[in-house]
Amino acid sequence: MTGVRVLAGTRKGAFVLTSDGKRDRWEVSGPHFSGWEVYHVKGSPADPDRLYASQCSGWSGQVIQRSDDGGATWAPMGNQFAYDGTPGTHQWYDGTPHPWEFERVWHLEPALDDPDTVWAGVEDAGLFRSADGGQSWQEMPALRGHKSGSSWQPGAGGMCLHTILLDQSVPGRMFAAISAAGAFRSDDDGQSWRPINRGLQSEGIPDPDAEVGHCVHRLAMHPARPGVLFMQKHWDVMRSDNAGESWREISGNLPTDFGFPIDVHAHEPDTIYVVPITSDAEHFPPEGKLRVYRSRTGGDDWEPLTVGLPQENCYVNVLRDAMAVDSMDECGVYFGTTGGQVYASSDSGDSWAPIVRDLPAVLSVEVQTLP
Amino acid sequence: MIRVVLPSHLRALARIDGEVRLDVAGPVTQRTVLDALETRYPVLAGTIRGHDSGPRRAFIRFFASEQDLSHDLPDTPLPPAVAAGTEPYLIVGAMAGG
Repeated sequence: MTGVRVLAGTRKGAFVLTSDGKRDRWEVSGPHFSGWEVYHVKGSPADPDRLYASQCSGWSGQVIQRSDDGGATWAPMGNQFAYDGTPGTHQWYDGTPHPWEFERVWHLEPALDDPDTVWAGVEDAGLFRSADGGQSWQEMPALRGHKSGSSWQPGAGGMCLHTILLDQSVPGRMFAAISAAGAFRSDDDGQSWRPINRGLQSEGIPDPDAEVGHCVHRLAMHPARPGVLFMQKHWDVMRSDNAGESWREISGNLPTDFGFPIDVHAHEPDTIYVVPITSDAEHFPPEGKLRVYRSRTGGDDWEPLTVGLPQENCYVNVLRDAMAVDSMDECGVYFGTTGGQVYASSDSGDSWAPIVRDLPAVLSVEVQTLP
Repeated sequence: MIRVVLPSHLRALARIDGEVRLDVAGPVTQRTVLDALETRYPVLAGTIRGHDSGPRRAFIRFFASEQDLSHDLPDTPLPPAVAAGTEPYLIVGAMAGG
């Protein structure tokens, strides 16, 4: 491994942060797509030089960008995201039927084995796929067309499909999560889907253990143990040991179980990370102390990680797609804040240092471990 | 020759310096000007109006000759000064949209 490349999407552009294996000195490139919101940037597992970025603006909508040289240069791809057939309606905030309307791409997930194939999770919640490097996009309509789809309602941030996990060990299996519908699984490459929310309890919906309607904030999975899923829900940190068939709460001794991101150590499938946030109304860390919490036991038992992180007067948030891990021998952990900092740890979270302090609000962080 | 001025975020996206000058065959309307613009710069498709000559995006405005043409029908002829090339057709990001 020669180094790492951190891909940060922000409210006003994208940034590419690169370092060698020591991860103590960084080169910063950007802003790319200056002035545009960049919800997500992600590299292909099959070709690390192939990157995809989702840029959007209130003026001009969605643009997809692609780089074939690791982010040095970019070219716009196709931006037509048309729902399949007659889109129908979902529920609006007031409970009335509302037409499905494409707003933006929240998440791009390149295929594991083909740089030209990439999945897109969009708002209003739908799943799209491109097989030509992002030039054209086709909806995979079975997810939005699930019988529960007409009852889905947006969360405060919009009705977004924000998480796509591809299972490299079970052919055809993938997971998706939608705010505020819940988690879903496909075992046939997205041709059909079913909800996987048994065990979730959400006090904010009329039936707390309903099949759908849960505000899942993020899912995470270790590639070597794909049956085990971790979830940061609106409230509650959850775990499934059977690919989502059932969930149990693992919030344990966390100071609050509200939060957005969750991720898994690259080499230790039972080591997981969350960033507790005070509450649904107070989107900042408890007591003004920015603490990542780590569990080395797959949940329930958590320790605060504070070295190098601000422990007073810190009132930033860490959004759902803004945490990532590298796979260097000593696992690196990264997260970005709404205050514009991107923090890195090169020792599995024991200590932290900012790579940059003053970016626009960070929407997403991904990392590539370079060969 | 029709002169078109784009907002800075679209000039950057399409890598355009300064005004765009377009030959428009037939009547000079918002539709024919935008069709010609998107033919020259395909990356602009969907960023000013919907794909396939769709409706104007909510936070884009069209100005010319000190008039707001945003609510005109797409096939309404543009002002004579725009058609003659003496004044530009302005595509503007609304103050509410950034």
